Amino acid sequence: MTKSRTVSLVLSAPLAALLLAGCSSVEPWVKPYEREHLADPIMSFDRDPVSSTYLDHVFEVREGARGATGGVGGGCGCN
Amino acid sequence: MFALGATGHAGVLPDDRADMMWHQWEGGGVTVQGPSILLRKKLGDSLSLAANYYVDMVSSASVDVLSTASPYKERRTQKSLSADYLHGKTTYSLGVISSIEPDYHANTGYFSVSEDMFGDLTTVAFGFTRGWDQVGEREHVLNITDWVGDADHRNWQLSLSQILTRNWLLSVNFETSESEGYLKSPYRSARYLAPDGSVQTEEEVYPGTRTGNAASMQLKYYLPWHAALAGSYRFYKDTWSILAHTVDVGYTQPLFADWTFDADVRYYRQTAANFYSDLFPYQASQNFLARDRELAQYHDLTLGLGVTWQFHPRWPRWIEKGTMNLRYDRMHIAYDDFHNYLVGSAPGVLPLYSYDANITQFFISAWF
Repeated sequence: MTKSRTVSLVLSAPLAALLLAGCSSVEPWVKPYEREHLADPIMSFDRDPVSSTYLDHVFEVREGARGATGGVGGGCGCN
Repeated sequence: MFALGATGHAGVLPDDRADMMWHQWEGGGVTVQGPSILLRKKLGDSLSLAANYYVDMVSSASVDVLSTASPYKERRTQKSLSADYLHGKTTYSLGVISSIEPDYHANTGYFSVSEDMFGDLTTVAFGFTRGWDQVGEREHVLNITDWVGDADHRNWQLSLSQILTRNWLLSVNFETSESEGYLKSPYRSARYLAPDGSVQTEEEVYPGTRTGNAASMQLKYYLPWHAALAGSYRFYKDTWSILAHTVDVGYTQPLFADWTFDADVRYYRQTAANFYSDLFPYQASQNFLARDRELAQYHDLTLGLGVTWQFHPRWPRWIEKGTMNLRYDRMHIAYDDFHNYLVGSAPGVLPLYSYDANITQFFISAWF
């Protein structure tokens, strides 16, 4: 192991430990019993996948932009 | 196409449900209609399988087709299979999609991992999609296809969904897409101004690669009177110099016991590709030449309305609940630099092209 790699390991290990410790101690600020509204079907980003998939396809075929719709797709023959 | 985990809840498998839809697009001289059937079922506590059968029956007499070829009818069939495997707070998803039409074959595979963290307030997902397309040119009279090229696609997706408060949800998505190979349509032609003042056509020439980056943000808010407000924005830019903005605002209102109403407004705007022109000044005036109106500068506005009726059938007993859904969208597309040559041929006096489309979906869903 080279000296620079040893130094970076020594420096990064405590940082990683700190981050992991930070992660494990994050207290959820919205408790599970406070998520009643969020669990309502009307709050779903994708309530009816069969419909949203179809509309994504309609736009993808006719528009130049694509992607970042929260879904994966393909095979539209969009050329 | 299936949703990436970050927009749902990674630690929970999707509900078992079946959807049967009839869809129709009518606009710009094109009618596309057909069924879509989506079935999703859990096997045990950790595995959920989904299958989709989707058909587009196309009857096309669009402005592109009428100016260079004859109206045609064709059928595209798409079949998809996917599996979601839940292990602790992590969901692994795998899927394949096959799309077949007489002059275009596309096969796609994808993989994604999503993870719930921070007391399930945050879901992070990473996905990779790989696509292999075969592009053909159809000779409708002889009923044969000449396979003219291949196109390969690679997409990387990164998503994060976050519970902000007990009423606010946020989703952030990034996607990079790379395409390589035969990326044009074999049917279209570019137009140029001949020395005698007439308009002539020449073969389109496209770059062999295209890389695009998209970033989007979606927000959802629960309103105190049991309704939901949604808003989203997407930014897109690619190496063909297309820059696009998409804005969407939606409202969902349940009414009485069994009805839900949706209203939606979507606006899209893009700049033209740097090798697009409605009319090139002379023949072979630059390396790359295109007159695909999807590469032009234009905007579109879509207004959508939807209604859902929920019911609880007494028979069969294994169906917990069902919904009947009707959705109608009206889309207006207006081009800034694409003229309609069908109404004349004198350059400079042709009207800019625009059209309206009706998009209708009717579907029945059942949860079991």
